[in-house]
Amino acid sequence: MTIVLNGERRELPPGTTVRALIDGLGVPGGERGVAIAVDAEVVPRGEWETTELDDGARVEVLRAIQGG
Amino acid sequence: MSATDVTFDPLVIAGRELRSRLLLGTGGFRSLEAIAEAIGASGTELVTVALRRIDPDARGSIVDVLESAGVQLLPNTAGCFTARDAVLTAKLAREAFGTDWIKLEVIGDDRTLLPDAPALLDAAEELVDAGFVVLPYTNDDPILARRLEDVGCAAVMPLGSPIGSGMGLLNTYNLRLIRERAGVPVILDAGVGTASDAALAMELGFDAVLCASAVSRAEDPVAMARAVRLGVEGGRLAYRAGRIPRRLHAQASTPEEGVAEF
Repeated sequence: MTIVLNGERRELPPGTTVRALIDGLGVPGGERGVAIAVDAEVVPRGEWETTELDDGARVEVLRAIQGG
Repeated sequence: MSATDVTFDPLVIAGRELRSRLLLGTGGFRSLEAIAEAIGASGTELVTVALRRIDPDARGSIVDVLESAGVQLLPNTAGCFTARDAVLTAKLAREAFGTDWIKLEVIGDDRTLLPDAPALLDAAEELVDAGFVVLPYTNDDPILARRLEDVGCAAVMPLGSPIGSGMGLLNTYNLRLIRERAGVPVILDAGVGTASDAALAMELGFDAVLCASAVSRAEDPVAMARAVRLGVEGGRLAYRAGRIPRRLHAQASTPEEGVAEF
C-alpha cells in the first residue's frame, strides 16, 4: 500500500501500524517531543501500537524544534 | 509586602505562579547550547517551542535542553494560517509535550506575520472548549483582546510591532487600552528590539514580555538576555513605584525657601 509521509509517498506492507512506521524511521533524538497525525487526526502515543495505517493515509510525524 | 518589594511579585497565569516576568522564545538561536546559556541569563521559567516535520539530520533534542534547564515548555502554533491547522497543531503539541498550555498563533500573511483576527478568535474558542490554557498572539486591538478574554483565554499577548521587526511598541495608546480593560495577564509578544522596549511595556503595566529575536539574533545573546531581564525588572518596579506625572513646566526639586539674597 502507499501512504503519504510528511508530504512524500512511501510504500509499506499492508497492516503496518504507526508504531512500526516510527520504529522504521529511527526518530533522531528519541521519541520525546514527537507527535503523529493520521488524516488530520491526532494519534495518541498509547494508540501507536494498535493503529493500522490504511492505503492512502496521510501521515504527519512532527517533533519539537526551536521556535516562537 | 511593600509596593516596591520585587523579591516576591509573581506572575500568575491560569493559577500557575511564575517568578520571572520574561518569557523566552527559542527561534533564531545558533545552537541548543546558546539557548541553554540565554535561559540562564534571562531567568525565564516559560520557554516556547514549535513543532515541525522530523528531520533525519537533526542533532540533539530541544526538549532535553529545556528539561535540564528546569523551565516549563510553551508550545506554539507558529506557521498556521487557518484555525483548523492551529487547533490540530495545538492538539499535537499537547500529545508531544504533555502540556495543555498553547501559544496560539494564526497568521494572516507571510509578509507581515500579523494575526488573522477572525480565525484567531475561532481557534481560541475551540481550544478553550477542548481544555487548553490558551495564550493568543494578537493584534494591538483592544476589542479583539476583549473578545479573546471573553472566550476564555488565560492571557492576551498583543504585539508591540511585527514579529522579528525589532521596532518596539508602535501603538502605546492601544496597548494601554488593552491593559486598562483586561482581567487576565497581558503579555507583550513580538516587536521587542532591545531592553528599553521591554522596560517600556512593563512601565505601561504589562504583566510580562515575551521576547525571542531580540535575544537570539543579538550579537551577544547571553548579554542581551540579561539586559532584557533587567529591563523587565526595572520596568515592573517603576510601574509599581508610581511615576511622576509629566508637566509642561519645570518644578524645582530644591526648596525655594531660604535662598540667600545677595
